[in-house]
Amino acid sequence: MSAHYTCGFDEPACRDAREFGGKAAGLASLTAAGLPVAPGFAVGAAAYRAFLESSGLRPVLTSALARDATRDDIARRLAAAPIPDAVATAIMQRYRRLGMETGVADVSVAVRSSATAEDSAAASFAGEFETWVDVAGAEDVIAHVRRCWTSVFAGRAVDYARAQGVDPAGVEMAVVVQKTVRARAAGVMFTVSPVTGDRSRIVIEASWGLGLAVVGGEVTPDRWVVDKVRLTVVERIPGDKRIEYRRGDVAVHVDPARRAQPCLTDDQVIELARLGKRIEREQRCPQDIEFAVDRDLPAGADLVLLQRRPETVWSGRPQVPRFATGHGVTRWIGDAVTGGGGNTRTTAPAPGHQHEAAA
Amino acid sequence: MADPRRFAYFHETTPPPGAEGWESMYPYFLVPSAETRAEEQERLWFADTMHWSRGCHPLGSVIAEAACLGAGQNSTRIFALPASLGLDLRIQHGYVYVSPVPVTDPEEIARRTGHFHERAGFYYQHWDELYGSWKDKVSALVDDMRLVTFPPLPEYEPIEVVTEARGRATAWEIIAGYRRLIDDIFVVWQHHFEFLNLGYGGYIAFFQFCRQAFPEISEQSIARMVAGIDVIAFRPDEELRSLARLACSIGVADLIDGAAPQRTFAELAGSADGRRWLRAYDEAKDPWFNYFAEYGFTHDQDTWLSNPAIPLTGIQRYIGKLRAGEEIGRPVTRLRAERDEIVAEYRSLLTDDEAAQFDELLGLARRVFPYIEEHNIYVEHWAHAVFWQKMWELGSFLVSAGFARARDDVFHLNRFELEEVLHDIVQCWAAGVAVRGARRWAAEIDRRRGIVAALQAATPLPAYGTPPVEISDPLAIMNYGITTERVAAWLSADGGRGGSAGADRLTGIGGSPGTVEGPVRLLRSEHDLSELQAGEVLVCPITAPSWGPAFSVAAGVVTDIGGMMSHAAIVCREYGLPAVVGTGFATARLHTGDRVRLDGATGEVVVLDRVAGPVAGSEPAAA
Repeated sequence: MSAHYTCGFDEPACRDAREFGGKAAGLASLTAAGLPVAPGFAVGAAAYRAFLESSGLRPVLTSALARDATRDDIARRLAAAPIPDAVATAIMQRYRRLGMETGVADVSVAVRSSATAEDSAAASFAGEFETWVDVAGAEDVIAHVRRCWTSVFAGRAVDYARAQGVDPAGVEMAVVVQKTVRARAAGVMFTVSPVTGDRSRIVIEASWGLGLAVVGGEVTPDRWVVDKVRLTVVERIPGDKRIEYRRGDVAVHVDPARRAQPCLTDDQVIELARLGKRIEREQRCPQDIEFAVDRDLPAGADLVLLQRRPETVWSGRPQVPRFATGHGVTRWIGDAVTGGGGNTRTTAPAPGHQHEAAA
Repeated sequence: MADPRRFAYFHETTPPPGAEGWESMYPYFLVPSAETRAEEQERLWFADTMHWSRGCHPLGSVIAEAACLGAGQNSTRIFALPASLGLDLRIQHGYVYVSPVPVTDPEEIARRTGHFHERAGFYYQHWDELYGSWKDKVSALVDDMRLVTFPPLPEYEPIEVVTEARGRATAWEIIAGYRRLIDDIFVVWQHHFEFLNLGYGGYIAFFQFCRQAFPEISEQSIARMVAGIDVIAFRPDEELRSLARLACSIGVADLIDGAAPQRTFAELAGSADGRRWLRAYDEAKDPWFNYFAEYGFTHDQDTWLSNPAIPLTGIQRYIGKLRAGEEIGRPVTRLRAERDEIVAEYRSLLTDDEAAQFDELLGLARRVFPYIEEHNIYVEHWAHAVFWQKMWELGSFLVSAGFARARDDVFHLNRFELEEVLHDIVQCWAAGVAVRGARRWAAEIDRRRGIVAALQAATPLPAYGTPPVEISDPLAIMNYGITTERVAAWLSADGGRGGSAGADRLTGIGGSPGTVEGPVRLLRSEHDLSELQAGEVLVCPITAPSWGPAFSVAAGVVTDIGGMMSHAAIVCREYGLPAVVGTGFATARLHTGDRVRLDGATGEVVVLDRVAGPVAGSEPAAA
């Protein structure tokens, strides 16, 4: 049974997003493609279902959600419910195996939700669920898996699901457990310009330490715009990186001299862009990728991808060519020199991409 | 502080000292006037220093007339460009200013669009065939001009006039020949614009497609997908490289040592190998050295033929590079591979619908682009070279007829005055009396020499008048780099009032990618090209393809005027040389020896260090 409850990123079954969530599936596909990913495993939706069934909570949840008033109560009840032994054992065994693979007994991990309805093309759930880093020891890992399950019923997640037309009771929560990256710097990469939707641009934002500060909007990150075609940096905008998370729980102030100093080298930026371009090509759509520079790894091989998912804002828009099809080039040219006719792009204001912390 | 939304009006500025009365030198319809002041003030006039980098002589204004006539006829009356009419023309303080005339009424645009589809459609459909016959038409006009001669007037007409019962004197051919030259140059310029704006239209459609699909794509990336690799524009420079290789391989390279051309040629003629090399040189020079160091818009520019020191200097430089073990060929294979890779990459990012449109528009842009790149060889180089050579011959005729004291007196008369003078000369020759106008014009030509010198010593203001809310003329944008933003930048940098401010930052159009730092070499004319040293940043009003040899020496190029499609930008991209074009003020603000950094991607030029401090009283440019 245990193989059913958990699955390593390096196993093909982990690429099933319905069972392990979009995030785990993304990491599994990166791992399968030979891309640099920190090792880990996913706790599948089956474990979540077993938890709800064994504690007899499901009918309670459904009626409670219908009443829409007792979320705290739900959370309390979930926190008190027992986790089935088979599930706990499976997680424990898988965690020990990760410890053996990485050579660290109580290896420090990040525990993140990977909702199975999450990351669909319609709804990113970005930032709606919590992430915990520096979790160590099997007991603690299991406790945090439970916290992920509970977070389905956090008020804002329920509101978000409803706003996106997703039934909260239908959300099934898988969980990602991944070796904590000792991030010198971390950030987010879009393989499409989030500002203009330009598919020939890659935009990277990064800051010192873990990615929490970037995705939480607590710093102004450094920003790079890369020409995807030629893989050259076309714009560098230094940020103001006032704080950094060296661990997950507390931020420290950044020495003023380092605040404006770029946290990635141009070589790292180009290498990231190269990875982003490759992943986008394999996935056949623009990607939203979190990454870190691992201080434990040697320079030149220290980039680690933490998660990827399809970009949801621009990808959903139809791409309309400039000129009306079937009109012939002379009419197109007439339109071009008068600035009229055909189709003109609707440039929306920069959509507010949100991120939950990956590291 | 004057109104910051406009440039000076024509009547608000005074000519440089010594140039008072300059207006009288040009045909009345080319100079601003009190009667047309109101219309002139409402429009934007920008200095066409791209073609007339110096103030023009009275006769030089004929080319400005011919160019604007050709542009206007084709845009306004022949192809009915929907939203653009022609280029209006004024000469102010000797410099050529043009003003694109837009169509703003939507109903008129719609009417013109119908005509445009029919007329332009025909040309696009038959482009290759029509372009082929265009080359024949223009070559025939050049040949026709070549046949014109201006022999001295004889005491007696040749006996054949009698024995063949011609009944007309050969002397009449002086007047007829002059008229033929004027006619031919006007027709050549009509042909010049027969394809040009249609070519730009094809390019602009592709450009707009790319900008919609990739809103942040650089103009350079678009241009690089379209640019031709094997067009004849590069042929003259390729001839120099071949001659350099030949000189090295047959062991005569030491004789091409920078000595005066006549001495070099004489020394080469002294050996069999040298003579072999000279034969190759002679084969190359016709037609490829019929090539102006600029574009031949004025009579006083050298061609490689009239001044062999220019090609010989280029050959000598290439010999130096060959001996240093450098590769001197244009990196054609690399350029082609890069172009194909860029195209494939962008195409792979498109949807199927988009890719279909991309293919069609790229195909069209590439079909029309060779015209944009090649037409200068026919018009600006070959036709102009013959036209000016014939005008020099006419200058000799005026001397022989006792009218002029110097050959270049002829350039101090405008085209109407010159025709009057020729009538005067032939009339008096027929009557058997002395030329009536000789003394009258001698005094006037002296006065005009002083005026022209004063005008040419001054730097022109980049623009006059009131900018429109938006500049939409394709020619202004593509060729001159005159955009709404650029004009706004000129206004803010300068308050519209010119002068040599000392701003340490200039912005232009990133014409060719790359970043470079180096000392400035300011060159106003191709005559000074030999001053350029390796590693210097060439700063000039414009650059022409014929500055090719300079491109293997310079580290980068900065020009006053020009857009992405200007020759400087096209050629620099081909040579892989960083360039910023259309800065407006580079030749006024930078001095030889200043250290600058130029970024050919962003179009920024920053002064790092000045030979002398900034000009007193200068104001920094607005951010």
